[in-house]
Amino acid sequence: MTAGRTALTVVAWLWVTIPFLYGVIALIGKIGALF
Amino acid sequence: MAGGFFDRSAIVAPPGWSRWLVPPAALAVHLGIGQAYAWSNIKTALGTGPGNLGYSGTATALPFQLAIVMLGLSAAFGGTQVEKRGPRWAMFVSTVFFSGGFLISALGMAFSQYWLVVVGYGFFGGIGLGIGYISPVSTLMKWFADRPGMATGIAIMGFGGGALIAAPIETALIATFGKSYGGFSMTFLVMGIGYAVFMSLGWLLVRVPADDWQPPNPLQASPGSTGHGPAVSVSTAMRLPQFWFLWIVLCFNVTAGIGLLERANPIYQDFFATTGPTTQIAAAAGAFVSILSLANMLGRFVWSSASDVIGRKNIYRMYLGVGALLYLVILTLGEGNKVIFLIASLLILSFYGAGFATVPAYLKDLFGTYQVGAIHGRLLTAWSAAGVLGPLVVNAIVDAQGDEQGPSKYSVSFMIMIGLLAVGFVANELIRPVDPKHYVPDAERGGVEGAGVGTSSTESSSQRNEEVSR
Repeated sequence: MTAGRTALTVVAWLWVTIPFLYGVIALIGKIGALF
Repeated sequence: MAGGFFDRSAIVAPPGWSRWLVPPAALAVHLGIGQAYAWSNIKTALGTGPGNLGYSGTATALPFQLAIVMLGLSAAFGGTQVEKRGPRWAMFVSTVFFSGGFLISALGMAFSQYWLVVVGYGFFGGIGLGIGYISPVSTLMKWFADRPGMATGIAIMGFGGGALIAAPIETALIATFGKSYGGFSMTFLVMGIGYAVFMSLGWLLVRVPADDWQPPNPLQASPGSTGHGPAVSVSTAMRLPQFWFLWIVLCFNVTAGIGLLERANPIYQDFFATTGPTTQIAAAAGAFVSILSLANMLGRFVWSSASDVIGRKNIYRMYLGVGALLYLVILTLGEGNKVIFLIASLLILSFYGAGFATVPAYLKDLFGTYQVGAIHGRLLTAWSAAGVLGPLVVNAIVDAQGDEQGPSKYSVSFMIMIGLLAVGFVANELIRPVDPKHYVPDAERGGVEGAGVGTSSTESSSQRNEEVSR
């Protein structure tokens, strides 16, 4: 795979994982009330 | 020329294209449309609470209900077009309809016309949901013919995760713009533009494999997915018992999950009413709902990936059989026992999500990738039926029990869920490999429909039997 495609793959995964992690972190903040 | 850009032939991957670029394309769409599960935040702010707009519960539920109905209808009736035109077209249509639904809603609120929110978010947004939901499924299974369960698990986990992203964003937007008509107009406008940008990665990036493309791990390929295996048209599949047994499996698995999910907050409060102050129990119940959504999401990836190893039939035996036992555990041991209650509930919800994520790979084992997107679209009507059946069973029975307090309030509805799961278990046992006489001839399969799955031309029907039976 070329360097360009590797960079594209990294950017594409960051595009979806950053918002996803933001959501997961926001969720985990609420779970503390269970324990 | 626009037709060319969206045509399937325009997105055939060049040599060296990484298949790992396809899951983020699928996720961009599914994480976007998964916002639907977070409608409750907007619903609450539109409702009758202090400072809200004061719309009734029925009125504020309408956009979501219509969206789910349109999801089922557009997936069922649009599936064939999605197969024919390809994933770029489908993802683009989904982006336009879903984000367009928000923009119409913004316009409606700007002119204090709530019916435009119903039409915009519910009707147009719902079409975006249905087309978007099925858009990447068959493409992912062609790229990941050696790991179809994992591939669809990633995408459909995105649908579960979409609400996690949307919920805090909606809360922040409503807090920023306020709960006036103008404020909601701005919230919908920002969401419409935001989702248009976010989801566009999907249709820009998605590619289909070339005719001669092979997965890198052919030796690990699922026996039912290789070579000149099953290739059943959508019209034939609809006439076969395998489709309808799987419809029952999906419907009852989803019903059982919704039975818990729909009333998770009050169920928790009823089971642990005596374990602490009311305010503490209420906060914990809210956290319980949040952790269930996490289990729902993770189950989609974990169990669906596991199905590539242990087989589709076996994993549904677990979802349905162990699911029924877990309901029994909650009924008999759950009261006041937080650890057992939590573990059982989380597993039930993980099976609920996994049922959605594993079913495309199960369809592929039975019917092949030939028109799996269209068949999947038809199967999603089971979801619509379960969306009505699950809440109906739990709410009607709990309401009928009137003043009864504590966990016993749920005994009857949980027993019904156990019964439904048992029926689903039997339906799963009745699923047999499709007789090859129903396959379309090799000459008709052609083009990219068969791409990426032709690793062996000598596959025997006994191998396929083995795959579907495990």
